[in-house]
Amino acid sequence: MTTKDPVLQVKGLKVSFFTDDGEVPAVDDIDFYVKEGEVLGIVGESGCGKSVTSLSVMGLIPSPPGKITGGEIKLNGEELTTASEKRMRKIRGNDVAMIFQEPMTSLNPLFTIGSQLMDATLIHKKGDKKQAKKRAIEMLKLVGLGRAEELMNEYPHQLSGGMRQRVMIAMAMVCDPKLLIADEPTTALDVTIQAQILKLMKRLNEELNTAIMLITHDLGVVAETCERVVVMYAGKVVENGLAVDIFKDPQHPYTRGLIQSVPDMRYKKQRLYSIPGNVPRPGSIKKGCRFAARCEFAFERCLQEDPPLYKTAEGHSTRCFLFDDTKEDTLHDKDTTIATS
Amino acid sequence: MLQYIMRRLLQLIPVLLGMTFVVFLIIRAIPGDPAVVILGQQATEEAVAALRETLGLNNPWYVQYFEYLKNLFTGDLGQSIRTRTPVNEEIWPYLAATFELSMFAIIIAVFIGVNAGIISAWFQNSWFDYTAMILALVGVSIPIFWLGLMMQYQFSLQWDWFPTTGREDVRNPVNAITNLYIFDTIIQGRFDQTLDVLRHLAMPGIALATIPMAIIARMTRSSMLEVMKSDYIRTARAKGEKMFWVVYRHSLKNAVIPVLTVIGLQTGLLLGGAILTETIFGLPGIGRYIYEAISSRDYPVIQSGILVVAFIFVMINLIVDILYSIIDPRIRYS
Ligand SMILES: Nc1ncnc2c1ncn2[C@@H]1O[C@H](COP(=O)(O)OP(=O)(O)OP(=O)(O)O)[C@@H](O)[C@H]1O
Ligand SMILES: [Mg+2]
Repeated sequence: MTTKDPVLQVKGLKVSFFTDDGEVPAVDDIDFYVKEGEVLGIVGESGCGKSVTSLSVMGLIPSPPGKITGGEIKLNGEELTTASEKRMRKIRGNDVAMIFQEPMTSLNPLFTIGSQLMDATLIHKKGDKKQAKKRAIEMLKLVGLGRAEELMNEYPHQLSGGMRQRVMIAMAMVCDPKLLIADEPTTALDVTIQAQILKLMKRLNEELNTAIMLITHDLGVVAETCERVVVMYAGKVVENGLAVDIFKDPQHPYTRGLIQSVPDMRYKKQRLYSIPGNVPRPGSIKKGCRFAARCEFAFERCLQEDPPLYKTAEGHSTRCFLFDDTKEDTLHDKDTTIATS
Repeated sequence: MLQYIMRRLLQLIPVLLGMTFVVFLIIRAIPGDPAVVILGQQATEEAVAALRETLGLNNPWYVQYFEYLKNLFTGDLGQSIRTRTPVNEEIWPYLAATFELSMFAIIIAVFIGVNAGIISAWFQNSWFDYTAMILALVGVSIPIFWLGLMMQYQFSLQWDWFPTTGREDVRNPVNAITNLYIFDTIIQGRFDQTLDVLRHLAMPGIALATIPMAIIARMTRSSMLEVMKSDYIRTARAKGEKMFWVVYRHSLKNAVIPVLTVIGLQTGLLLGGAILTETIFGLPGIGRYIYEAISSRDYPVIQSGILVVAFIFVMINLIVDILYSIIDPRIRYS
């Protein structure tokens, strides 16, 4: 594999939940990739399908009611959607690891930190308890937890939220995975701890060359840590590109809204922008662009057709008819006037 | 850990005092003169006076209670009026029979109940789940005496698989040492007798185990379902752990905590159920002992019998609490 081949390649991923109200598509036709050693940000409001996407990669969609109904997920070229459960078990925790939003509940309250840290080694690596223990202590030190030996015998309830998230990260990194999926790892933490955890992940990314798929609804987090960004809305990718490009030139009206709603510390008195309306329930929009109802630029076509992803620049694409160059569109001109308000 | 157990033992003191006091009142609360009630109307004046003296009824109540406690401490449970034997000497064989039956029943109930609950939760909505839960529903609503009689009819009278009544084969009696027959026969190397004792235990044991088994299965299932939805179970799966271990290691340890409470309660109730079962299957247990004492108004025996049963209740509770603390570090360290 050459250095910048994708570790993870997701194409046309569709996941539905089969509930009493019928099939609810939680994510629909998702495309993205994560290259070796990079940090990819996946951003979007609550309920847009970020967790469903990441759980699909792990093969951990709660099933029933969830099911991958289409698309492919390739990890180092290996197709995962059709892989056996046995094969997936070998991959989980070994090639791909995941950390979750709630450090308070993600650790088992009845097992010591040490035992939980040793699990992955004992599952995936040939080795005895002694080696697993050595590795666990090493990992605790790596994530910046002092008194590692003592921590091994302590229980989760004796640790603070920030420490627990560090333990989660240590646990995920035990088998030196190629890809780390972090599903809103800092959302439940207070701001100073948040910054420390992000810094830690960035450091691990650089030192160990682990690719990270960082899921968040906080653009501030993305700006600090990610090279590339995928913006999701109601189960679809609406924009993706390099982080610098997206912050400099946000194209999709939804992305613009998101960026405007990030508080800017330079202007203390400024009123925060918020996108009018709410995220539609998955499956509730049958026709047209899913953002149309909340979009100030929506026109007739947006209500009728679902826009494709338009490539707007090198490595930058947007799912919006405003960027349809093939047709003459008067509204296109408006585009230049909406950058700031 | 040790500290926790010490604290629990200290907390036991007021409970035991309260318990003994209530039991102490059983005789004193008899309306009229307890001695007359016990001996009957035709008793002579002298006999009544003598009994009042032995029971210490002439002293103020706190002196009586203190005497009573003092006697308990020395293991003196009073004397049976009917047999004129000290209760502590004659109660043990009965207690042992009940203990053996209850243990046998609770082991069956826990082993089958917990595993059925786990598998039902693991394969939720499968045919196993449906069958187990329907059986559990039937199980909780079955009257023990009916089940007992049906089993006797079918397995004993019709098919002759198991003996109808009794603890042992009277033609080949167990040489009692501790009166726990399984134990006794094993240490004497009389395995033929062990088998015979087990055959005698089978039907009453299963009849007695049915209700607790059903309740334990349902509790385990719902507790497991709850735990298996939790974040830390998702974490365990994300490590690549085998489902078997996710269920039996990571989930079960958490799910078993509420189940333990139920097991403790059911073990207590089992003693109550044992009285009925012992009657049906003609077993010489504590239930029969108390029952006979009640029919002959043998108050010292009634009193001691109740005290022993209540004491076992308290001890089961203590054991459950200690098990909690072994399983859950949050209890241990608080
Ligand atoms: N177990 C489930 N049963 C039914 N529907 C589900 C289930 N899990 C997720 N969904 C659906 O999938 C959609 C996307 O959920 P997901 O958890 O991926 O959102 P998210 O982007 O991670 O949001 P958040 O920021 O709140 O974590 C939800 O709107 C919900 O309708
Ligand atoms: Mg989520």
